[in-house]
Amino acid sequence: MNEIGLTHILFLSAILFFIGVYGFLTRRNMVTMLMSIELILNSVNINFVAFNKFLHAGKLDGTFFTIFIITIAAAEAAVAIAIIIHLYRSSKSIDVNDADLMKF
Amino acid sequence: MSASIVIFYILAAVIIGGGILAVTAKKIFRSAIYLLFSLMGIAGLYFYLNYEFIAAVQIVVYIGGIVVLIIFSIFLTHASGKDMEKPKLMSIIVSALAVVFACAFVISLINNYSFVASTNTAIEPTVKNIGRQMLSTTEHGFILPFEVVSMLLLAALIGSIVIALKPKTEA
Repeated sequence: MNEIGLTHILFLSAILFFIGVYGFLTRRNMVTMLMSIELILNSVNINFVAFNKFLHAGKLDGTFFTIFIITIAAAEAAVAIAIIIHLYRSSKSIDVNDADLMKF
Repeated sequence: MSASIVIFYILAAVIIGGGILAVTAKKIFRSAIYLLFSLMGIAGLYFYLNYEFIAAVQIVVYIGGIVVLIIFSIFLTHASGKDMEKPKLMSIIVSALAVVFACAFVISLINNYSFVASTNTAIEPTVKNIGRQMLSTTEHGFILPFEVVSMLLLAALIGSIVIALKPKTEA
């Protein structure tokens, strides 16, 4: 293939998504797990933009989905980091295995 | 090979290399910086696809906001020079196998699927067009999600302040 088309960008975003999944599965530290989630959300954004550009150029819906996902990712990161800092104050650790405060 | 293809592969290398290093780096601070490079590459990809507004939003929100927030939280919760605890070997092997097979499956699916493009006349994703449609109250406007998302941001702002507040010490 001599032209960068939709499939190239979909390959890229699929690889990025699974890198994020790998990080989410192997890391046991909450901040790094949050970073993996950001990678996953970004790969989804790439998909939306690519589909909007190559398949539905007559609409802007993919652009709006991307904008809203970025907004919600920012809100999610802020709340997650507040929770992490609170958890660090109460248990002096942000390892997911140490967070058993709500265990019954 | 034209310049456009070369630029795409450079961007892909930055994104994927940054991503891999971000999830495997030993020191947490380095991990955050590699994430920064990966997000920068994604902003470059949006520029490459001519979505300048999304690229600007990506730089402002992700690189200027979320990564800085993550770096601050690292400073508040870690001795950032120390190595992180290594994941178990078994967990690395199992996750890597699962991820590689799933990735191969998805890539083969994409490879075999023939996408059909719509033939409508293209709308340029300029700031003017995006703004007009986002704030329009007609059928294809996005004013309602826009308002809902602004409420969500307010709720997240207040919620994160309340959660991260230092608890009052009872005298």
